[in-house]
Amino acid sequence: MVEHVEKHSPLGGFAARLAAATRASGGAVRLAELPFLTQVNVRLDAKGPAADAVRLALGIPLPVAPNTMVRGGGLAALWLGPDEWLVVGPPGTASGLEARLRGAVGGTHAAVTDVSAQRTALLVAGPRSRDLLAHGTSLDLHPRSFGPGRCAQTLLARAQVVLAARDERRPGFWLLVRSSFAGYLAEWLLDAAVEYAEPPS
Amino acid sequence: MTAQPFRLPAGGRIRRDEPLSFRFDGIEYQGYRGDTLASALLAAGVRRTARSVKLGRPRGVFTAGSAEPNAIVQIEAPFPEPMLTATTVELYDGLVASGLPGQGRLADEPDPARYDAVHAHCDVLVVGGGPAGLAAAAAAARTGARVILADEQPEPGGSLLDTGELPDWVARTTAELAAAAETRVLSRTTVFGHYDDNHLLAVERRTNHLGAQAPSHLSRERIWRIRARRVVLATGAHERPIAFADNDRPGIMLAAAARAYLHRYAVVAGRRAVVFTTGDSAYDAALDLAAAGVDVAAVADARPRPGAAAERAARAGIEVLAGHAVIGTTGDRQLTGVTVRPLHDGEPTGPAAPIAADLLLVSGGWNPALHLFGQAGGQLRYDPGLGAFLPDGCRQAVRVAGAARGVGELPGCLADGAEAGRRAAQDEGFTAARPLPPPEASAAPEPGAPSVPLWVVPGQDNLDRAFVDLQRDVTVADLARASGAGLRSVEHLKRYTTAGTAHDQGKTSGVLTSGVAARLLGVDPAELGTTTFRPPYTPVAFAALAGRNRGVLHDPVRVTALHDRHLAHGARFENVGQWKRPWYYPRDGEDMAAAVARECRAAREGVAMMDAGTLGKIDVQGPDAGVFLDRLYTNMMSTLRVGMIRYGVMCRADGMVFDDGTVARLAEDRFLLTTTTGNAAAVLDWLEEWSQTEWPELRVHCTSVTDQWATVALVGPRSREVLAAIAPQLAVGAPDFPFMAWRDATVAGIPARVCRISFSGELAYEINVASWYATALWEALHTAGRPLGITPYGTETMHVLRAEKGYPIVGQDTDGTVTPQDLGMGWVVSKKKRDFVGKRSHSRADTSRPDRKQLVALLPPPDVLLPEGTQLIATDRLARPPVPMEGHVTSSYRSAALGRTFALALVRSGRRRIGERLYAPVGGELVPVTVADPVLYDPEGTRRDG
Repeated sequence: MVEHVEKHSPLGGFAARLAAATRASGGAVRLAELPFLTQVNVRLDAKGPAADAVRLALGIPLPVAPNTMVRGGGLAALWLGPDEWLVVGPPGTASGLEARLRGAVGGTHAAVTDVSAQRTALLVAGPRSRDLLAHGTSLDLHPRSFGPGRCAQTLLARAQVVLAARDERRPGFWLLVRSSFAGYLAEWLLDAAVEYAEPPS
Repeated sequence: MTAQPFRLPAGGRIRRDEPLSFRFDGIEYQGYRGDTLASALLAAGVRRTARSVKLGRPRGVFTAGSAEPNAIVQIEAPFPEPMLTATTVELYDGLVASGLPGQGRLADEPDPARYDAVHAHCDVLVVGGGPAGLAAAAAAARTGARVILADEQPEPGGSLLDTGELPDWVARTTAELAAAAETRVLSRTTVFGHYDDNHLLAVERRTNHLGAQAPSHLSRERIWRIRARRVVLATGAHERPIAFADNDRPGIMLAAAARAYLHRYAVVAGRRAVVFTTGDSAYDAALDLAAAGVDVAAVADARPRPGAAAERAARAGIEVLAGHAVIGTTGDRQLTGVTVRPLHDGEPTGPAAPIAADLLLVSGGWNPALHLFGQAGGQLRYDPGLGAFLPDGCRQAVRVAGAARGVGELPGCLADGAEAGRRAAQDEGFTAARPLPPPEASAAPEPGAPSVPLWVVPGQDNLDRAFVDLQRDVTVADLARASGAGLRSVEHLKRYTTAGTAHDQGKTSGVLTSGVAARLLGVDPAELGTTTFRPPYTPVAFAALAGRNRGVLHDPVRVTALHDRHLAHGARFENVGQWKRPWYYPRDGEDMAAAVARECRAAREGVAMMDAGTLGKIDVQGPDAGVFLDRLYTNMMSTLRVGMIRYGVMCRADGMVFDDGTVARLAEDRFLLTTTTGNAAAVLDWLEEWSQTEWPELRVHCTSVTDQWATVALVGPRSREVLAAIAPQLAVGAPDFPFMAWRDATVAGIPARVCRISFSGELAYEINVASWYATALWEALHTAGRPLGITPYGTETMHVLRAEKGYPIVGQDTDGTVTPQDLGMGWVVSKKKRDFVGKRSHSRADTSRPDRKQLVALLPPPDVLLPEGTQLIATDRLARPPVPMEGHVTSSYRSAALGRTFALALVRSGRRRIGERLYAPVGGELVPVTVADPVLYDPEGTRRDG
């Protein structure tokens, strides 16, 4: 419906600098915005029928273990609270996902809210990504403690973020940050990444 | 090459292939990579490094590490840095430093270096890389536990590098730790704070030692914030001085320090030495120095019967004076001689004998370094045999190992450390397949003779020159005066004399102060105890603590999706909380007043637009959402029809205005709230608190959507034309789209929610789109409005427009003591609702007082702009204080529409006083002002529909 209107992601203006920092580190850290992801906030009773209905509709359950993430079928469901989740999907699927979720919960008491533009996502990956994030978060990101499938709502530097460990073998994280804080956080990440730049040869 | 007359031709851990030049007190010297500033100065024969702070007495290097009380220096280049100890400054090429008499000076230029912080987590943190610490770390690392070893020296080894013992074991163990997958060795890292839950702070000096060659992309210093499951404190021990007359001359140093200068740096600290000791350890220093060619004239041992160590020294040809003490020294600029005298039963007897010497080594025993242990809440007990305080239990998961808990011999320290490391890991569920083997057998230690504590050499009459704290120039006489003045607590003695309050926090003087004071007071040192250990263990630069939180990163800057547009329009910004909001948009040389007047005229007479995206937005859903909002807003929300919007006010339980905003009913069970910019998070917290803790039975959920939506306010009599142009399918006429209604529409091809809301009194719309489309919407409005002169406006114009209409701003015109009724908004407080938060407080006698401060407008002389915050009085001359205050100005502006200045104010009984004259003291004058109804512009509301 709005294909002809230009979209701007919160960190669109940072793309070149994030790529430059990635190159400068020789791949030790990879920084990139993952713009325009679909994000739908879901609040419902985890023990009620709506939770089952959502599982059937999405093909993945809403995780009940605190600070975990379940992925499948191109979607990820992140635990945000005992009755709150963030369902993340590919760009451009917000209205469909929201409709699926609304249809699933039906008449039961649940809140389904499209928050795709509320936060943007950053990929922080690479062998030194844990070290990079450790400059700003007090969470223990060691795989023994924050392995694949873990997520958390925490502070990175002085911005609230949702942090999730990708379920892949190589270290990598998703950072979801409020759009208005994204510029600050990107500046902070770029400054912290200077440390990992390869010395000029 | 500058001479280094006190440097031995071989040995030490210095890099002789890397000579370095440096300047100290204006003179050029040379040293080697691996030197400290202190070792290089000693090598060059520099004995006096500074004068003392109070008495101006010459002072020299006293220790070989972070306990140094004397040799503090100011680094001049490459970057000025005050109050560093020469004993811990690693030498680099081009270093320029000068000695400091107790006080340095801060740099007057910004520090160009980078500083940062790292959060680290581990199963076992070992503090100290000496024999016990290395053994502990290696034992723990072998279990696979996550281990951090933090050591303040450039390389692990600790006292083993001072004494030259077990070099192969140090190298092998260091290599093993470096290869362990889950182990991190932090050298040049001082753990300076030990807090609750084993949270420890450390500072790593990463590039300081490289001087001007430091890579600029690396942080110079780094704060480590370490969370450890278990802590092993292997912090070693500090040698203790003894109080005797003139014990402060350059050339007098701790015995172990002289040994460290010899083994680490191949520096002999003098040519002819006397040793004054109360225990065995100083004999090793004497023997090592003698072997290096120093003429050791005598060892004065206060013990009447020194044991095997003394015999060993005697066999090496060193004269041992058993039962002797040093009672004085000579030498103006540096030590030239030492006077010794026999002691008998602790009292001096017999003749004093002078001995020529340029070096006096002192060893009064060893103080376990329990600073971190004390910070962690550990208890200490006094051991009379050692004359030292030892650890005696800690509420945290902390073990103390090695010399830090009084273990004296090297094999004991190694075994103790290994056991502590192994058990710490085991407590976390880690065990080793191959436990750490003990180091290759060294010679079995000879049976030592116990040391005998000696605080003050008895029989002295020059106690005003017998120093306890060298940095603070505190003497035994000072302590005697303090105890004579009736001070009996060691904390009081410390504060009265300043002993232990210098940069070194009494590392060499603390326990000596306790020991001397105990003697003066005639009590046991156990009774007196020590002063409290507080972080930091060593001084830490503010720049390191600030880390990355400087400049633009000091506090998050929040921007809306339209920030780039505002920059392109030349906006000036103001800070609203963490937000940057456009303040006004000056054009070609306009000042702020001219720009704001132009923006106001556009909004009142044509069309203007503003970024309103910072308003908080909360999506409230659930069958009970209406009831929920009825209880939180003062007015009724459940009766709102779908498609309509209502203004609402929230109060705290005290009945005072907390926030205001609009509520749009999106569906039977769904509302969208707006909050003030500054209160967005607080209002969401408020909603969650009532929902979760007071009314869990209400089926309602709240979700913040502040950043989801971009909002542009389209304002002015011609705003409808602009909207119609870019939303052709939307019926924009007043009958179809009435005031306080919202419509879903396609605006400029973008799905939008358009609200007919006005914060200016003019015909106005707030257009909400997903924030990705904010720029497209703004550009479309700008293009469509250009023929009509559409004008972007900022917060200042918004404030003027709303104030002309008497609309208060929560937080500017209210301050937490203002009710809706005080604002003249009794109409927003429901009389019908059974209850809402704050209702009961509105019936308190105090909230219905007729003389409460109420919001009114003030009309000063038309060209006088009252400063916001100005007080108001009732008389045209100032009465004698206290002057009765009638109120104060909360907002003040120039109005283009009114052609004059005006203000809003909270005035006692304000509404009753409309038409009265008050006076505002401004800059020494009393400005007359007339109280007026707060709605100064279009009181009939004729402009709302365009």
